Amino acid sequence: MTYSVKVLDHYEHPRNVGSFAKDEEGVATGMVGAPACGDVMKLQIKVGKGGIIEDAKFKTYGCGSAIASSSLVTEWVKGKTVDQALEIRNTQIAEELALPPVKIHCSILAEDAIKAAVADYRKKHGDPG
Amino acid sequence: MLKLPIYLDYSATTPVDPRVAEKMIPFLVEKFGNPASRSHSFGWEAEAACEEAREEVARLVNADAKEIVWTSGATESNNLALKGAAQFYASKGKHVVTVKTEHKAVLDTCRELERQGFAVTYLDVLPNGLLDIDSFRAALRPETILVSVMMVNNEIGVIQPIAELGEICREKGIIFHVDAAQATGKVAIDLATLKVDLMSFSAHKTYGPKGIGALYVRRKPRVRLNAQMHGGGHERGFRSGTLATHQIVGMGEAFRLARMEMGSDNERIRMLRDRLLKGLSDIEHLYVNGDLEHRVPHNLNVSFAYIEGESLLMAVKDLAVSSGSACTSASLEPSYVLRALGRDDELAHSSIRFTLGRFTTEEEIDFAIRLLHEKIGRLRELSPLWEMVQEGIDLNTVQWAAH
Repeated sequence: MTYSVKVLDHYEHPRNVGSFAKDEEGVATGMVGAPACGDVMKLQIKVGKGGIIEDAKFKTYGCGSAIASSSLVTEWVKGKTVDQALEIRNTQIAEELALPPVKIHCSILAEDAIKAAVADYRKKHGDPG
Repeated sequence: MLKLPIYLDYSATTPVDPRVAEKMIPFLVEKFGNPASRSHSFGWEAEAACEEAREEVARLVNADAKEIVWTSGATESNNLALKGAAQFYASKGKHVVTVKTEHKAVLDTCRELERQGFAVTYLDVLPNGLLDIDSFRAALRPETILVSVMMVNNEIGVIQPIAELGEICREKGIIFHVDAAQATGKVAIDLATLKVDLMSFSAHKTYGPKGIGALYVRRKPRVRLNAQMHGGGHERGFRSGTLATHQIVGMGEAFRLARMEMGSDNERIRMLRDRLLKGLSDIEHLYVNGDLEHRVPHNLNVSFAYIEGESLLMAVKDLAVSSGSACTSASLEPSYVLRALGRDDELAHSSIRFTLGRFTTEEEIDFAIRLLHEKIGRLRELSPLWEMVQEGIDLNTVQWAAH
């Protein structure tokens, strides 16, 4: 398996690794994937006033491409509103990281993680979207 | 200075020992004769070299040189043994027994036998990777004609109870084949006492060249095979094709060195392997795959829980090792061997096989230990599963969103 320069960069220097305290104001969590399938992504967003995502953190169990996809997504969602974050598509992630066909599922999982985190935010804040 | 990457994949292949290479070279250039040429000294010289090598291969396993048939490697030996014996003895019965953790060269050949109308039983192993003698005995039927069990497993290095299995097969008149590709130079093999009828060997797992192997075919009691390669009737009709003199000379020398140096090599390598295991043993949630006692000295196969295998291999790219999972071949299938041990998928996914060898040094092992500590720590910091376990969550109770 050969990796693109961008995958290697995110893998070697993952951005925004970590966790927020679950009870912190504005924090929502999306966890997707399953250990048996070889990938689990946890994406947390911290939403401020006006529905802007002020910060994001991730932890990922998975291959280099899965780690890179989730690391990239934490950079992309920051500064966006939750609605704008939902517009991020897996194809954009795959293109940015030059993922080979066998690794497309990693970008799909990253998109799912955004959706799951936003759904958790809306559930906690009674925002039907 | 350490040269990176460090080679810890001796079960995949070994370098040719320089002493072996030196012995091979004259047979490529000056001594190029065809061993089957009977009419001149070029042929006689090549034939003598092949026969001397045959003696050396036989000597390592305490067999007669007349029982050794040259092949292109262990895969061909396994094919010749299984197809050749099954086809020859088909009139006695059409049932074959093997094990789920065998090498693909045996498993895939058995699949072919199924297509040819044979019934094959694939036995489970115990959680330590070893075959249970009682379930083995129970799998044998009156129409069983052939059994194939490997001596040393290529992934987890466990040594199967070949002596006991051989006694059972002989008593029932069943042909017993043993794939010993991973065993030569690591385990003492005495074919004068083992009740083994057919045994496969490879040169390149034992510091010889690639592309050459051998099949032991017992003469007393005599074992018959249908040839799979037809032609000039070389190797007493078992396997036609001009002998590759330089390869054969290399295998002979490699097996001679194995016989001379096995004791000291194994002692040194076992110390290094144990040093590696000890160095890693303070890593939490580390699991050794396969029995540690009935195991060749150069193999260590471990799973690092809560870390995915492919990212682990990426992290340790300064080590040339193999992963139990076949992720790198683009299929995300975990190792079939580890699954046969009953390992959870995530543990099967996160395994590494270290295989040490003649040229491994203490310095290299110490480097590997330091590197693994650093990288395992980093990857676990990244792992949501590790975080959950630290929080006391039982991962088996979590409802995962399957995808």
